[in-house]
Amino acid sequence: MPIWLFIVVSVIKSIILLFILLTAVAYSVWLERKVVGHMQNRWGPTRVGPFGLLQPAADGLKFLFKEDLTPPHVYKPLYIAAPMIAVVFALTSISVIPFGNSVTIGGYSIPFQVTDVNTGLLLILGVTSIGVYGVALAGWSSNNKYSLLGGLRASAQMVSYEISLGLSLVGVLIMAGSFSLRQIVDAQAGHFWGFIPRWNIFHGQIIGFFCYLIAAYAETNRVPFDLPEAETELVAGYHTEYSAMKFAMFFMAEYANMITVACLATLLFLGGWRGPVFGPPILQAILPVFWFFVKVFCFMFVYIWVRGTLPRFRYDQLMAFGWKFLLPLAILNLIGTAVAVAW
Amino acid sequence: MAHMTASPVLEPGQDRTMILNMGPQHPSTHGVLRVLLEIDGETVVRIMPDIGYLHTGIEKTCEAKFYQQVVPLTDRIDYLCPLTNNLCYVLAVEKLLGLEIPPKAQWLRVLLNELTRINSHLVWLGTHAMDIGAMTVFLYCFREREEVLRMFEMVSGQRMMTSYFRVGGIALEPPLGFFDRVRDFAGYFPEKVDEYENLLTGNPIWTMRTKGVARMTAQDAIALGTSGPTLRGSGVDFDFRRDMPYSSYDKFQFKVPISQEGDVFARYMCRVQELRESIGIVRQALDGMPEGPIKANAPHVVLPDREKMKTQMESLIYHFKIITEGFAVPAGEVYQAVESPRGEMGYYIVSDGTAKPYRVHMRAACLANLQTLPTMCEGRLIADVVAAIGSIDIVLGEIDR
Repeated sequence: MPIWLFIVVSVIKSIILLFILLTAVAYSVWLERKVVGHMQNRWGPTRVGPFGLLQPAADGLKFLFKEDLTPPHVYKPLYIAAPMIAVVFALTSISVIPFGNSVTIGGYSIPFQVTDVNTGLLLILGVTSIGVYGVALAGWSSNNKYSLLGGLRASAQMVSYEISLGLSLVGVLIMAGSFSLRQIVDAQAGHFWGFIPRWNIFHGQIIGFFCYLIAAYAETNRVPFDLPEAETELVAGYHTEYSAMKFAMFFMAEYANMITVACLATLLFLGGWRGPVFGPPILQAILPVFWFFVKVFCFMFVYIWVRGTLPRFRYDQLMAFGWKFLLPLAILNLIGTAVAVAW
Repeated sequence: MAHMTASPVLEPGQDRTMILNMGPQHPSTHGVLRVLLEIDGETVVRIMPDIGYLHTGIEKTCEAKFYQQVVPLTDRIDYLCPLTNNLCYVLAVEKLLGLEIPPKAQWLRVLLNELTRINSHLVWLGTHAMDIGAMTVFLYCFREREEVLRMFEMVSGQRMMTSYFRVGGIALEPPLGFFDRVRDFAGYFPEKVDEYENLLTGNPIWTMRTKGVARMTAQDAIALGTSGPTLRGSGVDFDFRRDMPYSSYDKFQFKVPISQEGDVFARYMCRVQELRESIGIVRQALDGMPEGPIKANAPHVVLPDREKMKTQMESLIYHFKIITEGFAVPAGEVYQAVESPRGEMGYYIVSDGTAKPYRVHMRAACLANLQTLPTMCEGRLIADVVAAIGSIDIVLGEIDR
């Protein structure tokens, strides 16, 4: 493939992906409101469009036209930079995620992925770590006590759960022997006894998946680990002083992170885009992507389900849980996997 | 409290502490309570509740009203249990007047009071759970509360500000179908309580957040003058309905749930069990509802029936007199306490022999209960303060009056 064509294809893919991701972010908010609503004897959004489907558009417009208030007591450069850091790095990590195999157009094989980095997983972990800065800086630069407490909670929580998150993934890496997400998925091909898929979750990584699930909830600040924005304690936590589009950026970052985490879980534990593939060539190209989205959707649904069910941890309990339970469990899982693979 | 000053200002300490102002507009201060916290990191060093943001002047307003005109004002004292306020006020005035209330009115009062307790506890459970992050329980509770409010609307025409009790009885006969509706509700409500408990009682996160949190000993609870579930959660077995019965409560069988631990979970368990006991009392009241009049035989106090007022001269005269110049109450003073959902609600009324009270004072259970906040929370985390405020179930309307 000539270099100019590669660039053109990459740009087109980036644009499409960004469009899909932002739409997914908007509609996961809609989905959450709808699902939680039905769990709680409510309807969720119903007014804008059929089933409230245009609600995300209305919300987006509202955010755009709201007054962008900058309180006088903030430290401006960081106050403005913080939401951007959060949203940019939340959106970046999606670029190395493969959604399916590849299609062949005009003799060129084009993968369903913006770029296939051979250390894709490390890139995602690194980029999401930088995302913490957005939250911490927002809390500090707002110069507000609630924001500060929220920012402190967020950074402490994200840093401590990142370790468990990373360790829970190492088991998968040992089994696949690669950092490339595509190769990790390829390693999960096939079936046990002809019908149980050889996904990592069924292949000895159930504890790893469990650790990942919990750490991921904490990483994305979701119930029951939503302390940084615990509205009944800290009003709105680190984004108390933010309004309009700046607030929307934090909101987008949170949901984009959720989607990234769901994609990662699908790739590493749930066999990625693997699923029954049949029919004509066009269907064979589309179906893997479809299975991928189905799995991501299921993971997101669990997120929402948990939110509708559980109360919130307390700060010290959250830290104790992370360091005294989750981290040892992740290490045990890692040792167990290593022993099993070496043997 | 040593650090209470006339103008509530907390200065930050010399070293690393910070003053955090919670409220009066804050999601979990249940109305307009303001709490000043001196915090060291997330640990609360000192805590100071500041009240008075919902002062309505109702106590003073009462002095300018006829006795029967005070009833609607009492609704607005503790707006989560208006009927309990109505009851306490009319009982106090009836005591001054020496009125004999017919049994049907008394049983209806008990029935409605227990429904009010359910209503109030449902709001408490929902908001308390939401403070700790369980949002779904809140909406489940409000689903059942809606039905209770509809029943109130059925009897009194109002969902919240009921004003249904009168000095000498009850305003109107309950409409047709009311008792069936209550019976229906009493039938399915225990299942709903199971549903709330499924979401909370055994939930490890819920127990982690509530067990051992904001502990208060029985001695402290008595010394600070607490009452109601806040007192019983600390293991003190006292309930006005059983120990100083009023309005025929002595004719009902019910248990008074107590817990020994004195923490948030103990108070939670007390109230949840009270929900079940209350529905039992409602059932007993329905089954044993006596026949007879709903108003006392005291024509100078109780408004005559509409029918009689239109057809009989004497009734018309009484009606005119009561409406225009009220009824005189013998001089004296009286204190009447009832068990409100929050504890001891008391009305102290001084009469100078005229048709208007000389002084009406409400003893608010929440005011005393709120005093326990520093005892419960100092040295604990911010999140525990929220849990503690939720667990004492305050209503600011009652505190500020």
